[in-house]
Amino acid sequence: MLEVVDLTVAYGPVEAVRDLSFKVRKGSVVTLIGPNGAGKTTTLNALSGLLPVRDGKILLRGRDITRMGSHRRVSEGIVQVPEGRQVLAGMTVHENLELGGYRRPQAEVGADIARMEERFPILGERRHALAGTLSGGEQQMLAIARGLMALPRLLLLDEPSLGLAPKLVQEIFRIVRELRDNGQTILLVEQNARQALAVSNYAYVMESGKVVLEGPAEDLRSDPAVIRTYLGQPTGRS
Amino acid sequence: MELLAQQLINGLFIGSVYGLFAVGYTLVFGVLDILNLAHPAIFTLGGLVALWLVEGAHFSIWAAFPSAVLFAGLLGLILDRIAFFPIRRRADSNFSGLISSIAMAILFESAAFALFGARTVRFPANTVTNRVWQVAGVTITSLQVEIVLTAILFMVGLTQLLKRTRVGKAIRAVAENDRAARLLGIHVDRIIAFTFFLSSAMGGAAGILFGLYFDALSPDMGRSIEIKGLAVIILGGMGSIPGAILGGLAFGLTEVLTVAITGTSNLRDAVAFTMLFAILIFRPSGFLGRRSMREA
Repeated sequence: MLEVVDLTVAYGPVEAVRDLSFKVRKGSVVTLIGPNGAGKTTTLNALSGLLPVRDGKILLRGRDITRMGSHRRVSEGIVQVPEGRQVLAGMTVHENLELGGYRRPQAEVGADIARMEERFPILGERRHALAGTLSGGEQQMLAIARGLMALPRLLLLDEPSLGLAPKLVQEIFRIVRELRDNGQTILLVEQNARQALAVSNYAYVMESGKVVLEGPAEDLRSDPAVIRTYLGQPTGRS
Repeated sequence: MELLAQQLINGLFIGSVYGLFAVGYTLVFGVLDILNLAHPAIFTLGGLVALWLVEGAHFSIWAAFPSAVLFAGLLGLILDRIAFFPIRRRADSNFSGLISSIAMAILFESAAFALFGARTVRFPANTVTNRVWQVAGVTITSLQVEIVLTAILFMVGLTQLLKRTRVGKAIRAVAENDRAARLLGIHVDRIIAFTFFLSSAMGGAAGILFGLYFDALSPDMGRSIEIKGLAVIILGGMGSIPGAILGGLAFGLTEVLTVAITGTSNLRDAVAFTMLFAILIFRPSGFLGRRSMREA
């Protein structure tokens, strides 16, 4: 599905991601874990076309999309649910979902919104509420539902559990698991490494813009170095 | 009493033109957080081009009006492309955009001087058939009615476009969070260009109505409305469309009432701007300011 080859992304002279390579297979959930500043979010933003790539390649289904505009990537199926939800607070829940399907034939969008409202009943109940009035957990659900409205081939989830109460964290991971079981390909960035590894097939550990360790999620969960660094605390969020 | 009623009516007419001008002004501010100081120059060119179409090309006003509005919209596209697009990704684009919009204002104004001369010009006498009605002692002309209806049509049209259409929702999304908009697949640069088109078309329309109402057009007529337009959008709340409409009406009414009460036009601007001053002190976000909402 996705292949990233020797990707370098820089903010001015500072290289936030250097020679990064990884793959996401169709139907799998791949997670990037690592400390703050490791370049995880930078990587996702480069995949979405929000940041220019200095060097390297991004291939989606074998096609080079390294220089493609962000709007066209959404049509190609790369859809990001960004960190901090980024719902459009001044617009209604319904309008947020509509805009999720912005690049699709508008005739299909209405029916899909109905499906989303069935799947996330709270979004149906609060259809006409401004998205900014939703709670953090509800906003995260809206952000995910909005992302799904674009019919992603590859869903990029950036810190979906950040800032949520433990019960809601469970709820968000339940949704991720459900998506995985339905065959959705996902690239997940999480600080909650324990939960992330539990839902993933494969994982990359990033530090200072590079992959320092990779392997099947199962193996990393029992890797002493990973346990020490990322799974040390019972909540996983240090 | 009749004089007062007459003045209120007049205030309503001129206020609707101010409102139309300000709606375009505030639309760009709402989307980009940039004051487009070339807006008054487009207002001027809209009026002058309509005049040229009527006088030089012998269009009827009904054909000249939409053509000149379209032309003003196209000027908006050029304006965005030259003054704003190249610097958009820079960190200081708000300030540099302000400066480059001043440059474009000067360019547009010079073009108006070169093409139309420095004198005051007017539409030919028979451009609009102007019927005059006396209603309960108040004089209303068909031109005034047409002006206010046109202004209302534009303002309602814009409001509905923003509220109901796909492109309108995209404009609102970009206004609120351009990063999120890009992640939704919205072509942000194109939406901004379209916003400039709409804004400038409305500015041009206001210029034509203004020229018809005061029966005078000149290359520097933008000056007279530039600061007023700014006052109107501050009054209404920066970036708020209904605020700009309300602000325009309030400003128009204040102007004519000042003239009516003091009996002289000397104090007209003074009172209107004193009101602005008071608003800035007591309600800095304007009537319908959305700054506070945005920051929440």
